[in-house]
Amino acid sequence: MLYFSNLKIFSVLAVIIITLLFAVPNFFGKDQLETFPNFFPKQQVNLGLDLQGGSHLLLEVDTEEIIKERVENLNADVRRVLKKNNLNYSNFKVSNESLKFIVEGFNSEIQKEISELSMSNSQNILAMGDQTNLIITQEENTVQINFTEEFIKQSVSNAVAQSLEIVRRRIDELGTREPSIQRQGSSRIIIQLPGIDDPDRIKSLLGQTAKLTFQLVDTSVNFDPFNPSKAPIGSEILASDADEEFKYIVKKRIMVGGENLVDAQPGFDPQTNEPIVSFRFDRIGATKFGRVTQQNVGKPFAIVLDNKVISAPVIREAILGGSGQISGGFDSEEANDLAILLRAGALPAPLIILEERSVGPDLGADSIEAGQFAAIIGFIAVIIFMIFVYRYFGLLADIALIINLFMVLGVLSLFQATLTLPGIAGIILTIGMAVDANVLIFERVKEEIRNGSNMMNAVENGYKRALSTILDANITTLIAAIILFFMASGPVRGFSITLAIGIFTSVFTAFTFTRLLISFNAKRLKPNFVGLSKNA
Amino acid sequence: MLNISGTQINFLKVRVITFILSAILIFLSIGAFFVNGLNFGIDFKGGTLIEIETSQEIEISGLRDNLNTLELGDVQVQEFGSSKNLLIRVEQQLGGDQVQQDVVQIVKDSLGSYLSTDINFRRTEVVGPKVSGELIQSGAIAIFVAVFAMLVYIWFRFEWQFSLGAVLALVHDVILTIGVFCITQLEFNLPIIAAILTIVGYSMNDTVVVYDRVRENLRKYRSKEITDLLNLSINDTLSRTIVTSVTTLLALLSLFIFGGEVIKGFTFAMIWGVIVGTYSSIFVAAPLLRYLDVKREWNTTSAVDSTR
Repeated sequence: MLYFSNLKIFSVLAVIIITLLFAVPNFFGKDQLETFPNFFPKQQVNLGLDLQGGSHLLLEVDTEEIIKERVENLNADVRRVLKKNNLNYSNFKVSNESLKFIVEGFNSEIQKEISELSMSNSQNILAMGDQTNLIITQEENTVQINFTEEFIKQSVSNAVAQSLEIVRRRIDELGTREPSIQRQGSSRIIIQLPGIDDPDRIKSLLGQTAKLTFQLVDTSVNFDPFNPSKAPIGSEILASDADEEFKYIVKKRIMVGGENLVDAQPGFDPQTNEPIVSFRFDRIGATKFGRVTQQNVGKPFAIVLDNKVISAPVIREAILGGSGQISGGFDSEEANDLAILLRAGALPAPLIILEERSVGPDLGADSIEAGQFAAIIGFIAVIIFMIFVYRYFGLLADIALIINLFMVLGVLSLFQATLTLPGIAGIILTIGMAVDANVLIFERVKEEIRNGSNMMNAVENGYKRALSTILDANITTLIAAIILFFMASGPVRGFSITLAIGIFTSVFTAFTFTRLLISFNAKRLKPNFVGLSKNA
Repeated sequence: MLNISGTQINFLKVRVITFILSAILIFLSIGAFFVNGLNFGIDFKGGTLIEIETSQEIEISGLRDNLNTLELGDVQVQEFGSSKNLLIRVEQQLGGDQVQQDVVQIVKDSLGSYLSTDINFRRTEVVGPKVSGELIQSGAIAIFVAVFAMLVYIWFRFEWQFSLGAVLALVHDVILTIGVFCITQLEFNLPIIAAILTIVGYSMNDTVVVYDRVRENLRKYRSKEITDLLNLSINDTLSRTIVTSVTTLLALLSLFIFGGEVIKGFTFAMIWGVIVGTYSSIFVAAPLLRYLDVKREWNTTSAVDSTR
C-alpha cells in the first residue's frame, strides 16, 4: 500500500499541480495576467453579485394578461362571424378563459368559420398546422368556446420568449457591463447586473410595456376634459400622461402601432429647444400614416403610450415621409429612455418584479475582506491544533490542507463556478472538515500501533481500514451538498458548490498526497510521529 | 500532548439521563415553535430590507419614528455591526408583488430628507409574497429530502436498525436547531436552511463513523454484550470525533468572530449544529442501537468491508 509506482506518483502530482496552476491567476491583478505566457491559465474565480456588488432581479411575465388579450381577440372574432351570418345571440359571457353565449341556428359551418378566422389571426403566434386552437362545445342553443390548452401554453411561452428578447435589448441599450438575462421556469426571467447597486432606472425601463399607438382623437362629441361623459361606441377615454385628470376621447382604431417603427432617437426641437424623440416608420407604417394624415388634415391625433396620451397634435398637413417627432414635456433623460423603449419594442405583457437583491460594491469588498481574514485565522488555528495533536503526521495533514485550499480555488477558477459569501463560508468549513479524512486515518494508525503493529504495517492497515469509513462519512455530506445545490439559487448555491469541491479535494489529498508524503518517509517513521508517546 | 486514545468511558451508563435531556430539549423546541414561532426574515416573510451606512452616528429611535409615519406598516430599524450601519426592515405590503417595489423608493426618499448625513446604500432586498411562499416550501422540502436520502443511504450501507437510529438522531438535531432559533428569536432566513442541511450532512458523518465501528466490532466480538460493545465503539472513535469537531469549530468560530455581520446567523446555526450533532452521535445515535435489536450474525464475507 505504501509503495507507489512512478506512474502513480506522476499522475497524483500532475493532478495537483495542474489544479494549483488554475488557482494562481487569483493572486495577480488583471494587468499582470496580461504579461503571462499564453499557455498559462488566466481565469479568475467568478465572484457572485454579493461579493462584487450588483443587482439581481427576478421578473415574471404577467401571463394572465396574455390570456386576457387572446380571449378579447377571440371575442371580437366570434361577434364578427355571428353578425356576418345574421345570428342573434344573447347572454354573451366572457370569462377568464372562455366565451359562452346563447344563439339559434349555430351549425358546423359557422363553427368552421370561427375556427378559421381565429386560426388566421393567431398564425403569428404558433405554427400548429391544420390543428385547431379552439374547442367549441354546443348544448342545444348554448355555445361555449375555449382555447385549447396547447394554444394557451404556446401563447404564454412565445410571449415569455419575446419578453426575454425585449428585456435583453432594453438592458443592452443602457450599456450595462456583462448583464446576464436568463429564462427561469415557464414564465420567469432572472436578470443579474454586476456593478449596478441602484437599479431604479432599469426597473423603471422594465416596468413599462411601451406599447405605442397613433390614434385619431374623436372630435364628433363635445366633452369636458376634466369630467368626461361616456365615450361613443368605437372610442375610448384615455388620460393624459402629464396630467391624470385631463382626459381625451380617442378612436379605438389604431392608425399605426409601435411595431411599425424602425428607429427612434432622442433629440431637441430646434425651435423650442425642448427634448423630443424623433422616429421613423417602416414602409408599411409610412404608407398607413401617410394615408390617414392625408384624410384628416386639421384634426388632432393622439400619440398613446401604454394607454396614456403623451400628446395630441393637430395634423397640419399629410405626413408622407414616414418620420415624425414626439414632444410631451419630457426632460432629456425621459426622452432618452423613451427612445430606448421604442427601439427595443413593446413587451407582449407587463412584467412584475418578484424579487430584488442589490448589493453595493462597499459591502461586497467588506465581505471579501472579512471572509479572507476569517479564513486565515481559522486556517492558522486548525494548523496549530493538528500539529499539537498529531505531531509529525499533523504537519503532513497541514501541508495537505494548504494544498487542499488552493485546489478548491483552482477548481473554482477552472469551472468558472461562482464564489459567493456563503461560498467563502463553505471553504472555511472545508478547512475544518478537510482534516477529517486524515484524522480518521491517523487514529487507525495509532490503534494499529497500540495493538502491536510496527510502524510500516500500522500505516498500511490504517489506510486500508479507514477507507470505507471515509467514503461513507463524506458521501453523507456530499448528499446534503447536492440537495442544497438543486434547491437553492444565488449565494446559497455557491455554498453547496464550495462544500462539494472541498469534499472531493480533501478525500483526494488524504488518499494520495498525504500517503505519498508518508511513503517517502516510511522508513524513518516513529510512533511519536503520529502523536503517540513512545511507551504507549 | 493531547491524548484521548484508549479511553474507557461508560457512555451507555448515562443514557437514561441523556435521553431525558434530549427529550426535554426537544419538548422545549417544539413548545417554543408553537409559542414563539420562528422569526422569519424577509426571505420567508416577504418585505423589504435596506442596509445603510452613514457618515455620522444616527439616533435610531428618531429615525424609527420618522419611518413609521410613512404608513408602510411596521418598520424596524436596528444597528448592524456598528452604530453607523443600520438595517431597516419594512414588512410586506398588502396588494401583491407589484406594490412591494414602491417601498424602496419611499424609504429612500424619506431617508434622504430626514438624515442630513451622507447615506451609502449597502444592500437592498425586496422579496414579494410569491417568492417568499415558494422559498419556505422549497426549504422545507429540501430538509425532508436530505433526511430521507440519509435514511436510504444508511439503510443501503448498513441495516435498517442503523438507519432508524441515525435518522432519529438527525431529526433530533434538526429539531434542536430550529428550536434554538425559536427560543433566541434570531432571524431565520435562507442561509439558515443551508446551515441545517449542512448540519444534517455533518451529524450524519459523525454518526456514520461511530456506526462503522459498531459494525466492525459486531463482527469482531460476536459474544460481547451489546452495551459493552457500543461503549467500546464510541470510545474507539472518540478521539476522532473530538478532533474533527474541534477543527470544525475552530474554523467556524473564526468565521463567526471575523466573518462579518451578514453571515453571522448562518455561522451561529452551524456552530450550534456541530455541537448538537457531535453530542447526538455519541449520546443518542449510538445508545439507540441498544434498543433496536441489531443483527449479530454479520456475513463476514460481505462486500461492505473487504478489509476483514
